[in-house]
Amino acid sequence: MIQVHSLSKNFNNFLAVDQVSFEVQKGEVLGFLGPNGAGKSTTMKMLTCFIPPSSGTAEICGFSILENPLEVRNQIGYLPESAPSYDEMLVGEFLRFVAEIRGFSGKELKRRVSIVIDMTSLREVENQMIETLSKGFRQRTSLAQALIHDPPVLILDEPTDGLDPNQKHEVRTLIKNMSEDRTILISTHILEEVDAVCTRAMIISEGRVVGYGTPDELMSQSLYRNSVTVSVNAEDHIPLMNDFNKLDFVYSVEHLPEKRQGLVTMRLFPQNKESIARQLEHYLFSKKIPIEQFVVDRGRMEEVFRELTTNG
Amino acid sequence: MNGFYPIFKRELLAYFRSPVAYVFIIIFLAANAGCTFFLGNFYDSQQASLEIFFLFHPWLYLFLIPAVGMRLWSEERRSGTAELLLTFPVRLTTTVFAKFFAAWFFIGIALLLTFPMVWTVYFLGSPDKGPIITGYLGSFLMAGSYLAIASCTSALTKNQVISFILSVNICLVLVLLGWGVLGDTLNSVFPVWISDFVSQFSFTTHYDAIRRGVIDLRDIIYFVSIIVIMLMLNVVVLESHKAS
Repeated sequence: MIQVHSLSKNFNNFLAVDQVSFEVQKGEVLGFLGPNGAGKSTTMKMLTCFIPPSSGTAEICGFSILENPLEVRNQIGYLPESAPSYDEMLVGEFLRFVAEIRGFSGKELKRRVSIVIDMTSLREVENQMIETLSKGFRQRTSLAQALIHDPPVLILDEPTDGLDPNQKHEVRTLIKNMSEDRTILISTHILEEVDAVCTRAMIISEGRVVGYGTPDELMSQSLYRNSVTVSVNAEDHIPLMNDFNKLDFVYSVEHLPEKRQGLVTMRLFPQNKESIARQLEHYLFSKKIPIEQFVVDRGRMEEVFRELTTNG
Repeated sequence: MNGFYPIFKRELLAYFRSPVAYVFIIIFLAANAGCTFFLGNFYDSQQASLEIFFLFHPWLYLFLIPAVGMRLWSEERRSGTAELLLTFPVRLTTTVFAKFFAAWFFIGIALLLTFPMVWTVYFLGSPDKGPIITGYLGSFLMAGSYLAIASCTSALTKNQVISFILSVNICLVLVLLGWGVLGDTLNSVFPVWISDFVSQFSFTTHYDAIRRGVIDLRDIIYFVSIIVIMLMLNVVVLESHKAS
């Protein structure tokens, strides 16, 4: 559905996007991650035919962004960064304007506007001027605009930016529900979002792809992958610390600062990031040590992100 | 021309949603009346014609039209709505023309609101109908040319003030090229055909011909081609901004 072939963009002498290639299939949600200025928005602007690429090309639903930009735009619902819209318009009026531009009229237009208003919970502000809306409503108005023609491809530039935790949750649920029969590309720098909504993630830094895979695959690169955090009562811990160090499946043991009185917490790093939860549980059970807390870490996106984007 | 009408309608409504429209119309009407009655000494002329009224339009438009046109593209770029508008499945040329026509239509409304002037001359005497009609037509066409220039300079920058100053200057040059004083100066140094040639590029030359009641196709073609050329240039400017 989205196929990108060595897309590059130069701004004067600055290489904003460098030979980026990827594919997103129907039903997939690709999360675009990267520090500010990494080239996420620039890539999205090229895909929506807002700016032309310096080299390379892309196809959206089989239409080339170079040869058939109008058809490409027909296939895409686009939420630009920081959700621009016409301040002096009413929410409903703005959505009708977008529907008209998209070629709808009469009953069909009304029906579509009504559907997206319900989808994005905008009913209460339908007759309010966009200028007076809170950031959350503005963001959703812009999202509604992107959905009005029921596009097969959605490109959303930071769709949850500026939303409160409840609204973020709503938007993520909305994206998830829509993803089944659509191709979605979202950019974000909220890393938890990737695990929450994306089937695949791509990390870019300085215009280059530095990481690609499912969220779990990316997290498996983390140092904390499969590490286990164990909390026990303080009197049990000294012999335990020594014993842990002797276990052959444990690579190292780290003593964590005390958070609850009388409780000692240790983090055990496995050999080769392998899963040790079972073996450890077995061991602790055999020693009859009462466990207060036992947490297996899947790995940390934040750490992987930092690792990949700062080791230039 | 898919998408022309919704963009045209939105743009036109946007004028009336902001105080711009009302301020513009009031100033436009007041300036027209002021020029005609005070600067032009309409009553002293003892003529039931709108000649004095139309005489001042090139000078009025010099400041008023760039004020209408300066926001056309700079505002879209500043607020980021350009990214929305230009990713709709509409050709850039259509968008440029739709926005231009909306602003031109708005100026047309302001121009029509000067109808009490027509009443006045009919009340005072029996004026010649021809020059009134052609005067309005010429004035409207000339306004379109000023506006196309303002639209183009507005695409050059996010800053409305810069856009305003640029278009005022370009329009000023096009007005002055046909100014009698410049013509006389040129004639004293160069052969006459040079000043004739130069004045052919001026708004005033073509406007004066139309408002005197003579509709020459060449004058109309002049204004229409200024509009088309400036709007095409406008498209090019927008394209090149997107590329860099």
